[in-house]
Amino acid sequence: MEGVTLSEAEQRYYCDLFSYCDTESTKKVASNGRVLELFRAAQLPNDVVMQIMELCGATRLGYFGRSQFYIALKLVAVAQSGLPLRVESLNTVKDLPLPRFVVSKNEQESRHTALYSSDADNPASYSGVIPPPPPGRIQVKKGSVSHDAVQQRTSTDQQESTSPVVSPQQSPPSSPHTWRKHNRHPSGGNNERPLAGPGPVWAPFSEVQPDQYYKLILIPVQDVFEKPKPGSSTSSDPIWSGHSPPPHQENWDQTTVRTVASATTANEIRRQSSSYDDPWKITDEQRQYYVNQFKTIQPDLNGFIPGSAAKEFFTKSKLPILELSHIWELSDFDKDGALTLDEFCAAFHLVVARKNGYDLPEKLPESLMPKLIDLEDSTEVGEQTGEVGYSGSPAEAPPSKSPSMPSLNQTWPELNQSSEQWETFSERSSSSQTLTQFDSNIAPADPDTAIVHPVPIRMTPSKIHMQEMELKRTGSDHANPTSPLLVKPSDLPEENKMSSSVKFTAGNTVTDGYSSSDSYTSDPEQIGNAVTRQRINISCAINHLTISFRGQQQAGVVAYPPAVPPRPQPSQGTGPHVHRSVDADGLIAHTSTSPQQIPEQPNFADFSQFEAFAVSSVNKEEEDEIETHSEVLQGKGTTPLAPPPKPIRRRLKSEDELRPEAEEHTQKTGVIAAVLASQPSIPRSVGKDKKAIQASIRRNKETNTVLARLNSELQQQLKSFNPLSFTVLMKELGHLIRRNQEIIEESKGPFAVEGYLKGTYSLVYSALCLSG
Amino acid sequence: MAVCIAVIAKENYPLYIRSVPTENELKFHYTVHTSLDVVDEKISAMGKALVDQRELYLGLLYPTEDYKVYLCHSFGQAIVGYGYVTNSKVKFVMVVDSSNTALRDNEIRSMFRKLHNSYTDIMCNPFYNPGDRIHSRAFDTMVNSMMMQVC
Repeated sequence: MEGVTLSEAEQRYYCDLFSYCDTESTKKVASNGRVLELFRAAQLPNDVVMQIMELCGATRLGYFGRSQFYIALKLVAVAQSGLPLRVESLNTVKDLPLPRFVVSKNEQESRHTALYSSDADNPASYSGVIPPPPPGRIQVKKGSVSHDAVQQRTSTDQQESTSPVVSPQQSPPSSPHTWRKHNRHPSGGNNERPLAGPGPVWAPFSEVQPDQYYKLILIPVQDVFEKPKPGSSTSSDPIWSGHSPPPHQENWDQTTVRTVASATTANEIRRQSSSYDDPWKITDEQRQYYVNQFKTIQPDLNGFIPGSAAKEFFTKSKLPILELSHIWELSDFDKDGALTLDEFCAAFHLVVARKNGYDLPEKLPESLMPKLIDLEDSTEVGEQTGEVGYSGSPAEAPPSKSPSMPSLNQTWPELNQSSEQWETFSERSSSSQTLTQFDSNIAPADPDTAIVHPVPIRMTPSKIHMQEMELKRTGSDHANPTSPLLVKPSDLPEENKMSSSVKFTAGNTVTDGYSSSDSYTSDPEQIGNAVTRQRINISCAINHLTISFRGQQQAGVVAYPPAVPPRPQPSQGTGPHVHRSVDADGLIAHTSTSPQQIPEQPNFADFSQFEAFAVSSVNKEEEDEIETHSEVLQGKGTTPLAPPPKPIRRRLKSEDELRPEAEEHTQKTGVIAAVLASQPSIPRSVGKDKKAIQASIRRNKETNTVLARLNSELQQQLKSFNPLSFTVLMKELGHLIRRNQEIIEESKGPFAVEGYLKGTYSLVYSALCLSG
Repeated sequence: MAVCIAVIAKENYPLYIRSVPTENELKFHYTVHTSLDVVDEKISAMGKALVDQRELYLGLLYPTEDYKVYLCHSFGQAIVGYGYVTNSKVKFVMVVDSSNTALRDNEIRSMFRKLHNSYTDIMCNPFYNPGDRIHSRAFDTMVNSMMMQVC
């Protein structure tokens, strides 16, 4: 057998064909079945085929090696051009057109139908062709879709006027890979599409530009088919060979093989093409759809979808769990058990691809990586350098960049209707809504501080989310605002009010607090919920701690110091405890500055001493703190923990040098007086509220343990954030808690109340020290 | 080199077993199974000790000599097993071939750490139900790399 010299186009084309026939990926032998199919597609009489096979030496050898195959292809071309089959003609015939392989009949019909649809309506027609997701039907649809697409292209391509006969679009070989997409190149020029997955890509026989491949990009169902620019397609149609779609077997290995084959051809194609679209790119409308779906689960686009929610969502797509699991592995980039918006879009994209029959890649395609799967990329049509979405799967490109909304809308409704649950993705429980609330509340920074700290929106992966969701649910049960942040700001105004009306209000609050604490105690479930809730509240919102206690300084201090029971919100649970203790600390801060305060505390009934201390303490810093705290108070609850201390610190330093003025003195005194005013209520209620106090002590202990746990958790989590002050703060908080615990232990004695107060005061004091 | 890596669930059924040489695979399975007894023994011996990273690693499971003797007959090479148990009582057993220079303890520990990390990644997957066989491709890749690299 003499050698055959091939032109570059021929070389490429034959290589592709060989890859297609190389079902076993041997790279050396083309499977006989395939080759025979191919030759049958060439529409040559049987004896010619036999002759070709004999000539190329395959009959002699018994198999089609690469050279035999190439020779055979050339002979096919020779035969198709009407020349006699001769070995010599292999090399002597110049400008031989590429061999043509015709697609099967049914595909031709579909092609014809596609032909007649107008460009503008194509999307509609395409969508009509493409049925909704159930796997299995994919084959036919895709094939028809692709044919439509190709037909369109060919119809518009005058040069390929012979396309109906010429371009053998075949439905992609097997089950997966049916992502067809027409890519629209605004740049005009070639309609080039990345290889549409598994099937072989045939260089069309087109005599026009054999060196340009017209690639099909398979689109997921919801994608719109782009109309190629009329006359712009100088590229040749890639033709799907493989007459009869291979059995619809979900044989991943097989498809992988084919995909590898196609990948190589695609690579070649890509080399030739001037512009190339990433098969896994997400188009604008796709992305918009994904974003909308994301919103139904998680309104905050910066938030996360917890794993369980995502699981339910994607289970509705009716893909097998194994595949969903793999999709998750691919898309959860940071392995945190939750999906960000980008991760979610990637996952959704993969689900859609899979539903359309595309194999899942082994690795996440770059375009789906949750960095910048941006619309800006998607707007660059035809500018991408070849993206290898192929890693072993149908590297079918997602819909082309040029969006066409109507088609998308059309396809999606179909999609929704066909899948039972697909349209009810948004049935996500309201807990996610509240989840969002939570996050978004954290996000805004305190305008007063003007320092944005890294708010840890995400704590431990799913657990926190689960807890949050539970929290929201239980919170809603209590008819409380689920977001701790919402709660706290509401508390703050209350405190303000309380501060304004000094004594009796405070007293009332105290008693109210007690009563509420009683009621609180009576509800163990609440406590449990409160604990978990507080866990989460505090975890993400530990910053609120400072805010709240600062707020307390002014007003809360009035109400809180003795008021062990939390605010009117029973659901707040330990949260108020924290606040409470913080408030007490604030109080202590005032007191602790002058050491004599603490010894005075046991005589908390001795308000005169208190007042005296308040007067005498006159620590500028504290006043400043109060002032800043009041500022912070206005700021409403999202001020980060770290930044607030800074202004205070600054203030403190500046003030230290200055020395307080009388007015501040009085101001502070006023506050202290307010606090003191609340004190009277304490001794009054001591006797009868001893139980309540003990209960509150118990609760405080719970708070402490929870806080301690949270603290350790937070410390670990925040290591990555690593704002130094924050971690230091956390550590100190830990110390605080331990100290508080010790004091609580002490408080078991006769001086129970005093001990408790001492404990809280010390906590507040240390908190203050932390902050400033 | 790790010739066999197994992930055993809390109830002592395998979640994942992968061996390198395809022959003798059954022997490896048997080895892993027998090593579970040793693992349980070590776990119970630990008592109420706090479980931290160090104690997750059980170290060499078999007395080397016995194991060598046993295995010399069947494998013709010394094979030792290492164990590692997580906080949720999921056990990783790794059978390594010590015919080459024995892997240092640190290397074994790092391998177990990698295994543990991959396992936790699987756990993060909401579609994975604890107790299922592990089918994760990422996990497979990681295990393969461990088995190949050491070879």
